[in-house]
Parts: sequence; structure tokens; C-alpha cells
Amino acid sequence: MTILKEIDYGTPAPKTEETVTLMIDGQEVAAPKGASIMHAAMLAGTEIPKLCATDRLDAWGSCRLCLVEVDGRKGTPSSCTTPVEAGMSVSTDTERLRRLRRGVMELYISDHPLDCLTCAANNDCELQDMAAATGLRDVRYGYEGANHLDAEKDPSNPYFSFDPAKCIVCNRCVRACAEVQGTFALTTLGRGFDSTISAGGPDMDFLGSECVSCGACVDACPTATLIEKPVEAEGLPDRSVVTTCAYCGVGCSFKAELKGDQVLRMTPLKAGGANEGHSCVKGRFAWGYINHPDRITSPMIRDQITDPWREVSWDEAFQFTADRIKSIQAEHGRDAVGSVTSSRCTNEETYLVQKLTRAVFGTNNVDTCARVCHAPTGYGLKTAFGTSAGTQDFKSVADADVILVIGANPTDAHPVFASRMKRRLREGAQLIVADPRKTDIVRSAHVEAAHHLPLRPGSNVALINALAHVIVTEGLVDDAFVAERCDMDSFTHWADFVAEDGNSPEAAEAHTGVSAADVRKAARLYATGGNGAIYYGLGVTEHSQGSTMVMGMANLAMATGNLGRRGVGVNPLRGQNNVQGACDMGSFPHEFPGYRHVSDDAARTLYENLWGVELGNEPGLRIPNMLDGAVSGKFKALYIQGEDIAQSDPNTSHVVAGLKAMECLIVQDLFLNETAHFAHVFLPGSTFLEKDGTFTNAERRINRVRKAVPPVGGLADWEITQGLAQALGYPMNYSHPSEIMAEISQTTPTFAGVTYETLESEGSIQWPCNDAQPQGTPIMHEDGFVRGKGLFMITEFFATSERSTRKFPLLLTTGRILSQYNVSVQTARTPNVAWHDEDVLEVHPHDAEQRGLKDGDLVSLASRAGETTLTARLSERMQPGVVYTTFHHAAGQANVVTTDNSDWATNCPEYKVTAVEVRKTNQESAWQRSYAVMSAENRRIAEPAE
Amino acid sequence: MTTVLIAKDSGAKSVGADAVAAAFEAAGLDVIRTGSRGLYWLEPMAEIDGVVYGPLTPEDASGVLESGAKRIGPLADIPEFAMQNRMLFKRVGAMDPTDVEAYRASGGEAGLNAALAISPDDVIQAIADSGLRGRGGAGFPTGIKWRTVADTPDQQKYIVCNADEGDSGTFADRMLMEGDPYLLLEGLAIAGYAVGASKGFIYLRSEYPDAAETLANAIANAPFLDADLAGGFRFSIELRMGAGAYICGEETALLESLEGKRGLSRAKPPLPAHAGAFGQPTVVNNVLTLAAAPIILAEGAEAHQAMGTGRSRGTMPFQLAGNIKQGGLVEAPFGITLRQLVEDFGGGTRSGRPVRAVQVGGPLGAYFPESLLDTPMDYEAFAAAGGMLGHGGVVVFDDTVDLAAQARFAFAFCAHESCGKCTPCRIGAQRGVETVDKITSGENVDANFTVLDDLLEVMRDGSLCALGGLTPTPVESALKWFKQDFDKGASQ
Repeated sequence: MTILKEIDYGTPAPKTEETVTLMIDGQEVAAPKGASIMHAAMLAGTEIPKLCATDRLDAWGSCRLCLVEVDGRKGTPSSCTTPVEAGMSVSTDTERLRRLRRGVMELYISDHPLDCLTCAANNDCELQDMAAATGLRDVRYGYEGANHLDAEKDPSNPYFSFDPAKCIVCNRCVRACAEVQGTFALTTLGRGFDSTISAGGPDMDFLGSECVSCGACVDACPTATLIEKPVEAEGLPDRSVVTTCAYCGVGCSFKAELKGDQVLRMTPLKAGGANEGHSCVKGRFAWGYINHPDRITSPMIRDQITDPWREVSWDEAFQFTADRIKSIQAEHGRDAVGSVTSSRCTNEETYLVQKLTRAVFGTNNVDTCARVCHAPTGYGLKTAFGTSAGTQDFKSVADADVILVIGANPTDAHPVFASRMKRRLREGAQLIVADPRKTDIVRSAHVEAAHHLPLRPGSNVALINALAHVIVTEGLVDDAFVAERCDMDSFTHWADFVAEDGNSPEAAEAHTGVSAADVRKAARLYATGGNGAIYYGLGVTEHSQGSTMVMGMANLAMATGNLGRRGVGVNPLRGQNNVQGACDMGSFPHEFPGYRHVSDDAARTLYENLWGVELGNEPGLRIPNMLDGAVSGKFKALYIQGEDIAQSDPNTSHVVAGLKAMECLIVQDLFLNETAHFAHVFLPGSTFLEKDGTFTNAERRINRVRKAVPPVGGLADWEITQGLAQALGYPMNYSHPSEIMAEISQTTPTFAGVTYETLESEGSIQWPCNDAQPQGTPIMHEDGFVRGKGLFMITEFFATSERSTRKFPLLLTTGRILSQYNVSVQTARTPNVAWHDEDVLEVHPHDAEQRGLKDGDLVSLASRAGETTLTARLSERMQPGVVYTTFHHAAGQANVVTTDNSDWATNCPEYKVTAVEVRKTNQESAWQRSYAVMSAENRRIAEPAE
Repeated sequence: MTTVLIAKDSGAKSVGADAVAAAFEAAGLDVIRTGSRGLYWLEPMAEIDGVVYGPLTPEDASGVLESGAKRIGPLADIPEFAMQNRMLFKRVGAMDPTDVEAYRASGGEAGLNAALAISPDDVIQAIADSGLRGRGGAGFPTGIKWRTVADTPDQQKYIVCNADEGDSGTFADRMLMEGDPYLLLEGLAIAGYAVGASKGFIYLRSEYPDAAETLANAIANAPFLDADLAGGFRFSIELRMGAGAYICGEETALLESLEGKRGLSRAKPPLPAHAGAFGQPTVVNNVLTLAAAPIILAEGAEAHQAMGTGRSRGTMPFQLAGNIKQGGLVEAPFGITLRQLVEDFGGGTRSGRPVRAVQVGGPLGAYFPESLLDTPMDYEAFAAAGGMLGHGGVVVFDDTVDLAAQARFAFAFCAHESCGKCTPCRIGAQRGVETVDKITSGENVDANFTVLDDLLEVMRDGSLCALGGLTPTPVESALKWFKQDFDKGASQ
């Protein structure tokens, strides 16, 4: 029961294999060329005193504690800033150095409160450690001199406090904000003795500043100056559990630090492959929902959705559910039942839900939330390359020279990856952004896109074809790569197609609204600027041509040879923590785990033998089909694990109609979410901190999730699924998720080498992991595409049927914001609401003026699907004619407005384009009002019987 | 029409040169505004046909010349001028600094032309052979610095001129920039040619608005800038202004500031020669160092090498200030003694009282007692005596000076000007002030002397840059030569 302390080498490890040999305190030490003396000493186990140095930041050289003596050199250089040289002989601990270090510490402590015993960082303070290490016994300057002890504390940030009285001005926070996070919110004011750290300027507090609460400064602070409020309130944690964040698809590794069973803080793990010690406001701080009073801790059932909920035992809940499912299947057939797996739950849990569905329900009616996000990614990349996943690891971006961001807003939605990207951009990589909005990445501190292509929503494919047109017609194709790696027939066919005049940037301009000259320049830059890397998000997939666009990007990357090595690739920034894993685990109605079609006899036989049942060889229903089936009376029961489709899926009124028509809706979640209003059974789920398992992030990295505290409802989600299976009479008896993973690796070729033992020793593994790639696969398609030759697909542009009309003249596009996560079931139950407590409608001032709207007006947002009322915010981030909102809060009901248009190949909804009209109003829409009444009614929980 | 030279130098203007010039113009004379000859005790001064008049008032415009009341005599006969060896400053005061034709007519561009006629390597060799050392204070051999930058492979290199002249009692850079700006620009271009840099920056302190105007004009009009020179060499110069921080005269803090960041010292390595401005190989040289290059190239390395003493070659423009009768600029070969400067050129103290201490090399230089006045102005001789030449500033104090107060001032200056990056300087300077106060007020004197000694070691050996590292120098010299000044409080 201890806190994991990762070694701090003081300065970053140089990127080199070359080593030099030197002497440190008489010991021969081999260190990487370019390493600091401090780093080399630490490699040899010698910890040179330090305060301003930490290995996540470049050397700074300010504290002067790490001074050393070097034979043959004058003076006492700082070991953090002095690189090793072959043959150098260094002394790290001489009488002179001890004297100097003690003198420096004496100065520090002469301007520091003497409150160690009552300080929140007592026993976790580097200043304290250094005072001890240097043997400081007396501060002969006294404490009456000039000091900062009366500096006022800034408690404005909801998660951490800033106490400048304890600050030693080491600048680690300022540098972390700049170098690690890339926000540059912090600075030093004044100079000399008056130097103070500030969030932006005089009289500015942290909450009002540009600070994004990533926590990098708090992590970097060596004292109690920046410290987490729970630690301030409760004292230091006494144990830590290494686990994986359950928010976005970046999949950051964290240490959950606890006192007993109380989580006090989550700190990012330097050894984490995805995040390497960085974090964002959600993962670092927004975990308080786990203890929120809204958590449901007991299973509940009811006969009618208009009845109040009745708390029951797990056994009763399982039996009630099993009886209903059995009677529905008896009456309406096996296929009247289905499931939705959760991209928020573990691989093991997802695997079990699809197993329950296929083996116990006896149907392939299983789908997942990837349906509404990255289903086109799976389809498109599998078609082009043979694998339904991104091609790179996150680290690869450090080798990119040109970064093409399409339909993604990484600084809000994938902030930890965005920080990596911004670091590379600051180093000089060029940026092209294709997005209807001027997102933060287009221009922010020390980052500016070379080209922003502000295309009209719905015109992605026209744009990608125009980029390809330039590459093909201007002779920028990497012929050698194409000849060696790609299917030549498909290439020739495609090249002829994109070379057509109709695909020229000039022709595309009519659809995209982007200047042809800019498109040409951007295409040339991507094709000729060195390593070109594409990163994309839901702005690509959530369109009627989402799959086409994914293939269009694959075409572009293949044509320019930007695949199969570091720094290049086609990379989806996947939304949910385990959406990659959910897809891998057979969550789609047509695929077993490992993307093997249900009609694949070998795969089916394998599972039939293992599971001891007969399996269907026809794909089951997708979510929209299940809802349609419910409305038409054919589909009757749905088991939803950890997804809130009533809020997240498009065309809410249709979703609600489908849900209301079910005879048995089983919702398994942490809270009574919107979908639960229509449920008959509620099974209280467990948070990521309450169970074991694995998540797979957007770079195919399988990370361990480790149980830190017991599940509040008593069962982990996999145990709930197992209980349901048992109640239905199927023998399912895993005692630990590692046994489920053993079954997965035994039956899934790309997971063949994945075991909990390997995950324990390696930290994480990127699939494919098998005999061919026993260490996993950071970069895909290095020696050839998984499908053999890369396949070029024709990507003809068809404008969506959703276009602006006289009645609905504006286009609505939706997205996310940093502080809230998706439908904010979790983040709305944390202090993150300080930054974003309602969804607003961003309207261009031009459109606002035409409609007589002012900033802050209540406006009605209406489409052919529905109407909702939001607050207007004037913003020039969009072009005129385009409005934007987030879909985080249930009150916003943004998806009442979105339509049931969807991707031709995968049914992924066209969230990103809805024709709308906006007008001033003074009340919520009729839908919102009746929904609110229904919501209050349907979420009642009956008082327990006496 | 009679032509009269009146300085437009800001030192001369500060004592009324503009009004004098206006009066002379009104009186119908043809006034040419020049740099200052550096005989500041004669300013506002007029020079007509080589004859000097001063100090003048506007009323002197009518009749004074005829009356001879303010006539000093021919410039060449003024001993304080005649004894000088004006190399760098030969044009300063003699011509209109904005007149590029006058510059060319007086030998301007000869150095650049000579440089362009030989290889960059040979230019560096000439600089090395001349024995030129950095005039900013550190005295680093310029040839070696240029060679290092030349040998560091990179597409883009820079020349940065350190014109952030902040040492108390120094003004030679300003006088040169105000009086002969093209010489400096030519020096930058030669450095650029030698090391392969296409761009130069002049980082000028914000307190020099006149120099800024003169330089901006010269940069706009210099025919050799932004022009195709021999071998396709092109060079441009950008003037960037400081923001009022002494620390930005320290080369690494200067580079930070030049890049638009807070002026904080950087750790070395990397040396600016390897990774300087914007991370590129950069020559950072003082104004006077760069201004010497055209002269060395035009007149040959031997001529420069022939002057001076020991390893200090050429001339140095010393600046006399403080409590001195005849303040101003004295350009003389290294090796002249401090006493010669103070007594022969400066004429002793302005108060007429005995000299008690002389601080050479700016606020971080040592205070020398009378007994060290015969020290030759030479880098090594000064170092041996516990001092430093620095930028050649000489500040004189008479026998009323309190060296304990001066030691306190050294700490206070450091505390005020510290960038705040490293701990010894950021906190140490403040504690130094407090500790000197304790000593002079008689509080635990012996114990506090020990604290002071320990602090001086921490600052000298522990500081990141020369500001904190050299602050002990004036304090230690005060303690060494004038310890009795610290004991006043104890004896009270």
C-alpha cells in the first residue's frame, strides 16, 4: 500500500542510441549522447539535488542546487544544463558544492512559510526534501526580510488552489503550461525578487484565465503552491492504483491515488504510452461523479415506464429480466431482442455483451455507439488497407512534417494528443486544417495553420477529391510507393477519376466554398512537405458520405506514399475511451470479434464449438433498425450497457418513439440517464475505478483498467452481464476479467499474444499482437498492407439531401467542448460545469443581424426533425450560414433537431449537417417542455416498503 | 557662410546644444549637427574651422566668436583631445552622421570593400590577427567567436549587435551610434560576410531614442544593406528596441528579449555561437567590437595589433564619469593607466577633493582605492588587481564616499535588475541589502560578516549569469579596501 513514485531523471532523455562514457564521482557511467550530467548521474543511481529540473521539461538551470564540478573546467556548472562529454570527470558531492547548495537552500527558505507540519504537501514536497538533503539547519538571514508570505491565495479553480506564498518561482508550472500543454496561460510577472507566477496577468485568477486545467502545472509544482483541493482537504493519499482514463479515445494512463477507499487525486503516468505523463481537465480532475449522490446503487425494476422505480435485489432483477426476455422471445421470436454494447466499458465487458446476445439471446442483434461515430472509419480503412483502425501510434506525430487535420477539434476533444501535435507544430511542422469552423488549432499560442480550408458542411468528399486532383494532375504522386504497395488497376482507375475536370479545385469551389488556390497550395504542401499525417474526427465520419470520405483520405495518403512509417498515416481520433475496443470485440451485428463476418464459417464454427450453441450466419440489426423495428412492433427488448441513446442518437423524437414501444428495455448505467426514462429494468453499473479490465484506445493500444475501489452497486459490469446470462440458463462463470481476455486471445488472431501477464510486464500493447508481432504493432502496414495491396476506391461526391432551403436556410453542425464529455452523464456531475453549464448556439453576427438576434438571446433552433430552444452566442468562428452547438446537456436537446440521414455504408448519422432556421423566442420548445414533465415523472423511485 | 559644427549628441543636448544650434542658425550661420567630440565639460560646444568654443549658451550666438570670450582654441591643441588616439571615434564630431556621402568621402565602406575582396575565412583571420577582443566587457577574442559561428553549419545565422549599453558611467556606444552610425552598420555587414549570416539585429536600449532615430535613418540609407554585394552576398539589418532592463545587456537575456520573450538569462551551453537568436548560430558583439571591424579591415590587422599592451590590443574608448572635473570620452590604446585617465584627462574630482575610489567597468566593477590608480587599463592587469575593465566606464568618487553604502548599492542594483531566474541572484541580492544594513546598523556584526561572505560565494559561484556572479565584485572590493566604512554602525 504505497504511492508509486516514478523516477525523475531531471531532464528529458535524448533521442539517440549513441552513448558516451564519462566518470561520475569516480564511477564509469555510459549515458546517451546529449544527455545532461544530471540525467547521466540518475541513470547511474546518483540523485543530484534539484528543484527546477524535472524530466518532462527542458532544462532551465535556475535553482542552482544541481551544481557540480567538472575536472579541468572553471566554476560550478549546473548539471541539468551541461551535457555529458566523453571522458569528462564529474564530482557531484564536494565540500564546496555542499556549501553552495546549503547556501542556496538558506536563501529559498528565507522566503518560505515555516508551516511544513500543517502544509498540504508535507511529506510530498521537493523543497522539503532538498532542505533535508542539503543539511540546512539554520536560516541566518532571519525571516524579517522582504518576503512573499502575505501573497494572497487563489482558490478560483474548482480543482486546485494556487498559493503564491509557497512559491519558489522555479517556473516549472509556466514551462509545463508552455512545453507540455502548449497553452501558454501562465507567465511570470515582475522581475528579480518581485517575480511572481501569474495566470495571464495582474489581477487575473486561474479560473478567469486561459488556463485549461490540464493539471500539468499542478503536476510539475515541487511544493504546495499548486495542489489538488482534495489533498488539501484530506491529506496525502497512501496508495496508488495504475489505471486508464475512461473519457476519450486517447486513453491516458493515470495513477489513482487513494486514502483507504477514497480517491484523492488522479495523476498522469509518465510511463503511459498514450499520454507520457500528460492529462486534461477531464481525466485529471473530473472523476468526482463516482461519488455523486445521483449514483444508483441498487438494481431497480418496474412493470410500466410510467410506474416509479422499485429497488430490488440483484437476483430479483436478473430473474425479472430473464422472464421478460424469455416470454418476448417465445411470442415474437429470438430476433425481437437485441443489445447495445458500451464503448465506455472494458473490452471484456463488451465481449461478454456480444457473447450474451449471440450465444444466449441467440441473435446477431448487437450494435454499439460506434454506429454513430466511427463506423465509417472501420469500413473505409478496412476496405483500403485491410484493418479497421488507425495506422499510427500517437508518438508518430513527433515525426510528422505536415499535419492535415480534417473534421477534428483535437484541443477540445482529444486534448492530450493535441498537446503532442502542438509541440510538433511549435517545432516547425506545417498545419492544414479542413473544418467549417475556425477551431482553436487553426490559430492559438505559437500555432497557426498554414492553410485553413473552411469548407461548407457536407462537402468533405468534394474537397478530398479536389486535393487528390491537384496531386494527380500536378505530378505529385509517389509513383514508386504506389507501384510497390498498391493495387495498380485501382490506382489507374482512381487517378483517371480524380483527374476529371469535375474534381478540380475550381469545380469543387461551388460545393465547398473554399478558394481553389488555397486547395491547390494545401495539396502541394501535403504531397511535398515531407512526412504527411492525416488526423480526422467525426467531422469526417458523421456524414451521408462518411465512409466515402474515409476512403478518400486513404487514397490521398496512398497516392503520396504517406503510410507505413513514423510521421505519416491516416489516423482517426476516436471518441470514446474504448470505442476501438468495442469494435474489435465484435460489437457490430455483422462481425465476430476481430472483424470476422458472421458468415465466415471458420470463425462461426470456432465460436459455436467454444460456446456450445448454434450461431446465426446473417447480420443482425443495427441500432436504427432496432428502433424502427420497435416502432413497427417487431422488436421488443433491448439491453443497453452504458450508452444513452435517447440523448446521443439523432432525431430524438424517433428514438424516443422506438424506446417507448419496447416491452423490456434494460439500461445498465451509473445514473438514471435519459434512456432510463423508458426502461423497465435498471442495473447499476460500475465506474472504471471499480473494476478490472482493459480499454483499447485510438492507437490500438490495450491498456489495463484496475480496480481501485469496490463497485457501489456490488457488481462490476461484466458480472452483471454474467448474472443475466446465468438467469437465462446459460453457464457463464468467469471469476476474473483476465479469463475473459484469455478467451478473446484464444479466439481472435490479432489478439493472440494479449494476456494480462504481458500487459503487466509491458504496460500496454498495441494490436495486432501475435506470433508475428509479439511486442504489438505501433505502426501498421510497415512492410505491406494487411489486405495485401492498398486499394484505391472511387469517391464520387454526392451532395447530401440535407441542404439549406427557404424554410431552413442555415446549416447546423454539432461538436464538443473541452470541459464536457459527450452527453455529460459524468462531467455534468463534476465541477466542470464551471466552464460549460449549458449548450449554446453559436451564430455568426451576419446571420444574427438578419434575424435581429443579440448575444444571449433565447433562440428557437428548428429543423424538419424537431425544435429546441438554446441561448445564442455570437461568434465568428463559423462562416455565415452555419450555426453550431454542442450536444452535452440533456436540457439542450440538440438531437431533437438532427435528422435520420446517415452514411450510405454504415448508417452513421449525419450529425454534422442539418438544415435549420433560427429565430428569437421567449420560451423552451414544446418538445422540451413536455420532455421535462415526462422526465420528472419517469425518474421517480418509490420509497422502500416498510 | 561660416560653417559651425554643433553636436546633436544626446549628452550635448542635455546641456542645451539644441538651443545653441538654433541660435547660431538664427544668427545666419551654417550649422552642421554632428556627434560629440566627447569633451563633455565643454558642451554645448561649437567648432568652427577647427577652433573650439564652449561651453556656450544661446546668447553666445551673436558676438561671442568675435569677442573670443568662449574660445578654447584649436581642437588639435586641446591636450585632452590631442593625447587621444581616435580610431573608432575619428568621425564622431567631425561630420553629419546622417550624411552617407560624407561617410563614404571620409573612408567609409573601405573596410567592407576590403573584406568583400577576400574570402570570409581571411576576414576572420584578419580579425583574429588584429587581437580584437569583445568590448562589451568579457574581452573574449572576437576572431574565435566569429570562427565558431562560421564553423557551425546552418542555413540561417545571425549577427546581433548588443547596443543595450546599461553600465553606469558608460556612453561610448551611444556616442558612436549617434555620431557615426554607418561605421557600426558596416561592421555588422563585415561580420555577416565573415560568418555567413544574411541578417543582423541591433538590440538597442529604449533609453536611447536619439540613437534609435540615427540608426533607423542609417539603416534605411546605407547603400550596402539589402543590396547585392560581391559574390552575391546580401545583408539586412533590423533595429529592435529593448524594454528597459539592464539584464538584457547580458547576451543570453538579450537574445530572449530579441525573440520577444521575457528577458531571462539562458544557461550556457549552448553558446549563442552554436544556438543563439531563434536557436540559430549567432555572433553577439558589442557596438564597439563591430565598429572596430571596418577599421581593422581597411587599415590592416597589424595596425590594430600594433597598439595596446599584452593581450589587450588596439584602442579603447574609455568613459570618464562620476565626480570628475572633465567628464567625457577618451579613446586611447590599452595600457594607459587609470591615474592618467582620472588625472591627466579627467583633471581630478569635480569637487576638488581627493579621489578616494574609482569604479571601473560599470556597477559590477571593483572599487579601486587610490593605491591602485597606477593599474594599466588592460584586461589581465585589472583581473589581477581584482577588478575588470568591462565596457571602459570609469566612475570617480571623492573622499566623502561611503563604500558600505556603495556595497549596499551593488546588492540593491542587482536586486532591482535581476531577471529573477536563478535563486542566488533573485533572493541573494535582496538578502545582501538586508545583511549590509544589519552590519552597518551594528547588528551581530561579526556573524553577519560571515553570512555576507557565504552569500558572496553563493552568488559568485552559484549564479546563472554574470549579473549575479559579478555583484560580489564591488562588494568584495569595498570590504577589502574600505572595511572601515562598514564598521561605523558598530562603533556608534
